Amino acid sequence: MEVKSKTKGILKRISGPVVTAVNFDAHMYDVVRVGNEQLMGEVIKIDGDKVIIQVYESTDGVRPGEPVENTGLPLAVELGPGLLTSIYDGIQRPLEVLMEKMGSFIERGVNAPGLDHEKKWDFKPVMKKGDEAAPGAIIGEVQETNIVTKIMVPPNFKGGKITEIKKGSFTVDDIVCKLDSGEEICMMQKWPVRVPRPVIEKKNPDVPLLTGLRILDGLFPVAKGGTAAIPGPFGSGKTVTQQSLAKWSDAEIVVYIGCGERGNEMTEVLTEFPELEDPKTGKPLMERTVLIANTSNMPVAAREASVYTGITIAEYFRDMGYDVSLMADSTSRWAEAMREISSRLEEMPGEEGYPAYLSARLSEFYERAGRVEALNGNMGSITVIGAVSPPGGDFSEPVTQNTLRIVKCFWALDAKLSQRRHFPAINWLNSYSLYLNSLGKYYDEKISPEFNPIRSWAMEVLQKESELQEIVQLVGSDALPETEQVTIEVARMLREVFLQQNAFDAVDAYCSMEKQFDMLKAIRKYADLAYAAQKAGSPIAAIIAVKSKNELARIKYVADYKPELEKILSDMDAEFVKIREA
Amino acid sequence: MKEYRTVTKIQGPLVFVEKTEPVAYGELVNIVQSDGKVKRGQVLDTSDEIVCVQVFESTAGIGKDAGIRFTGETIKMPVGRDMLGRILSGSGKPKDGGPDIVPEKRLDINGAAINPYARASPSEFIQTGISTIDATNTLVRGQKLPIFSGAGLPHNEIALQIARQAKVPGSSEEFAVVFAAMGITKEEENQFMADFERTGALEHAVVFLNLADDPAVERFITPRLALTTAEYLAFELGFHVLVILTDMTNYCEALRQIGAAREEVPGRRGYPGYMYTDLASLYERAGIIKGKKGSVTQLSILTMPGDDITHPIPDLSGYITEGQIVVNRELHRKGIYPPINVMPSLSRLMNLGIGPGKTREDHKKVSDQMYAGYAEGVDLRGLVAIVGKDALSERDQRFLEFADAFEDKFVRQGHDEDRSIADSLDIGWQLLSALPEEQLTRIDRDLIQKYHPKYRK
Repeated sequence: MEVKSKTKGILKRISGPVVTAVNFDAHMYDVVRVGNEQLMGEVIKIDGDKVIIQVYESTDGVRPGEPVENTGLPLAVELGPGLLTSIYDGIQRPLEVLMEKMGSFIERGVNAPGLDHEKKWDFKPVMKKGDEAAPGAIIGEVQETNIVTKIMVPPNFKGGKITEIKKGSFTVDDIVCKLDSGEEICMMQKWPVRVPRPVIEKKNPDVPLLTGLRILDGLFPVAKGGTAAIPGPFGSGKTVTQQSLAKWSDAEIVVYIGCGERGNEMTEVLTEFPELEDPKTGKPLMERTVLIANTSNMPVAAREASVYTGITIAEYFRDMGYDVSLMADSTSRWAEAMREISSRLEEMPGEEGYPAYLSARLSEFYERAGRVEALNGNMGSITVIGAVSPPGGDFSEPVTQNTLRIVKCFWALDAKLSQRRHFPAINWLNSYSLYLNSLGKYYDEKISPEFNPIRSWAMEVLQKESELQEIVQLVGSDALPETEQVTIEVARMLREVFLQQNAFDAVDAYCSMEKQFDMLKAIRKYADLAYAAQKAGSPIAAIIAVKSKNELARIKYVADYKPELEKILSDMDAEFVKIREA
Repeated sequence: MKEYRTVTKIQGPLVFVEKTEPVAYGELVNIVQSDGKVKRGQVLDTSDEIVCVQVFESTAGIGKDAGIRFTGETIKMPVGRDMLGRILSGSGKPKDGGPDIVPEKRLDINGAAINPYARASPSEFIQTGISTIDATNTLVRGQKLPIFSGAGLPHNEIALQIARQAKVPGSSEEFAVVFAAMGITKEEENQFMADFERTGALEHAVVFLNLADDPAVERFITPRLALTTAEYLAFELGFHVLVILTDMTNYCEALRQIGAAREEVPGRRGYPGYMYTDLASLYERAGIIKGKKGSVTQLSILTMPGDDITHPIPDLSGYITEGQIVVNRELHRKGIYPPINVMPSLSRLMNLGIGPGKTREDHKKVSDQMYAGYAEGVDLRGLVAIVGKDALSERDQRFLEFADAFEDKFVRQGHDEDRSIADSLDIGWQLLSALPEEQLTRIDRDLIQKYHPKYRK
């Protein structure tokens, strides 16, 4: 006998974003409507007949005794055509629609679906009647912007033979395909955000995500499908770096989550992205981007959800076979949202008041990255790049430490560097990438077999410089042996010419691998000539005063740099000939 | 209105009441003492059994005999145009002997988050007349830029100088100042008020005063009243509003006090775990909205306990605000005013407000070059202490001198010295021209040709 479940209950207690209701049946993570205003909430704890709910909107003015209604469904996102170029809050409400409905400020109790249900899209089938459509199979396409959204059989369907498939203009709710299993497919599918979408297999990542940032591509690359963390104190340039990555990385789809960050920063992204061009396609960057903005003063529970909303959207595009990169800025704010809710639940805290499940939640999230074979056999990837905001710049705090245990790439931002306007302020001594070995083959084949050796050489010089700097701090650089003075000069060039990069300069913001390699080779050339001249007994002052090498920094800002670089290099040869003759 | 006499527990600023009708979360509460005095509070936690009320004044005099009246609405404040020129208490009552505010509107003091989609990007350069801000850490309309200071440093003078001199060059739009004091001393209050009166700033100012001896819990609402007023002036009446909040450290102490009274699980150094969210709900109330005339620019002052920038208060603030102006004790000791240390200072919106058409085409590069030069010079000071100045190479000596000149000529200026941005940048060029020209690697050649004193007629 089926027991009819009670879907309506009564509010008993309200304490900020956490409310308690009684008298109804609920499952963990069911979405509920709270109070007379039907605020959106999610069940996070069940204790006897008490159901504890986190509410995604402000609960001011809500009273005990008001009704609670269970939708019986978990928090899910709408996936389908129309995601690209959208900007959502943490629970996939389009901010544009919210503005139309309630003006410039975010009020509450407003419902807005993630996708436009009125708009018609041109559906082109790629399968025909009689074809076998298994879960995940691509049955058709919609040309959205310059990206094609592929319409797939939802992974939780049984699948079967196609009995009917349409072609033409449809809304996301119209049935476009029917299967002999009785299942009907429309262009939109819903997926619960806290459940990873299934795949056949995870593969090892072996292709780099090229970002156009020299310090990353050249020294500390991340692989497509890899994970990276950018920790740094405030003002060290986390957000600028994240935005550079969102703008220039060679992923096909970018999901950018502004989680608990500044409102004006999100506005900057919103005004800038539509104007910037994708270096590969020449189309506005916005056309490949989905933005999720839950600023620091928007409800904290929605901030907790925003990260899951983002990664689920990323997985949807990955399943189509795209390379997706996901930026989360900042995961510390997400962790703080967990802490805040946990403390309202009066849970026993772990380190620094964070809940004991912090580490588990972080690793679950990062594990949703990866290069995978999707259910339909396509290869797709999600690269997750998380910003971490350690309090006081102290890397020993729980969020940074738990993140470091999981991610394979660590780009340590350094306030000291940003104070002297060395940007990107990524410290080359503390940062690391564990992908160097798996990516080595790619660099050998696609760039040059000389690239890996020259990279190791550059790292050695920088390492050596940091040791020498300790001596220089004590006695000044003139007291060093002459070869080491050359090393210091070469390291300075590596720092100022190669590592420093201006994100706000139209040309320098993106640097191709070819140009990176050319720049490294030019510095190497100076180094070789300088050491040789020094050995031959030329005066060190003359070697360091070589004029042409100072010109190298300027080729950063020149798009067609090759003629200029060649001139600098031949000038350099001439200068050294003179030095040795003198 | 029903009055309950069912108080069961009083602890610090919290009063617990039982057996009430359903009471709304966040509702405004009047507490009537046995001597007839009425105090105000707000519901922090509500259930059908017990309601927890946070009192905004001292709970001295409240007993189990107090009468509790729930008003049925969340805290709203009356706002109107005639608030300009008024001095109000930390809880919004007239303090200047004048009449009550004639409400044109009653607004929820918690405000609502501005939809990021509705925000317009800040882009108007505000000239404060202070070189270290204008040239190297530019303030932009709609920005929130705090001053990080320490006890005994002249942050109030700097804030006042900014309030006096701030203008958008070439614009004559209506502007207003909203000033909220939290836990400052009577003397500091006098300093602010005297300056407002001297310059006539009071006419277009709204002042909220919660002094050091006013109840600490009242500090919880003072900035919210101020920001609600600012939003009303900006987004409904079209004023360009500069909000000065001082001192945020006192606000955070009040927050900790309330958290402790509620027996919450504390985060770092005893401050509540939600302090980031709470501070964000204040700092984020700045900006510009598409299609509305006015703007809210925030300048909050906080004193870093022990001059420690990693202390939770400056740390969490720095993660929310768009940069920070750091006041430095060492420069102050050297007798330099304003003692702003540019190295840890930062304006995140600087690039939006500078450049051709706004300030000058060389602005960004000159600023970067000065930063790099000053950083190098300061590093060399450490070396000089060990080996002496004579042991330095000539190049290094030039950088060392640059750092000294930078502090003396660029940072140092008078209390009433109002430098235009062109003046500030020209001082910068003057100082940079003492460095060898090939060391100016951050500046393009054509800009050097145009602005370097050597090439200028």
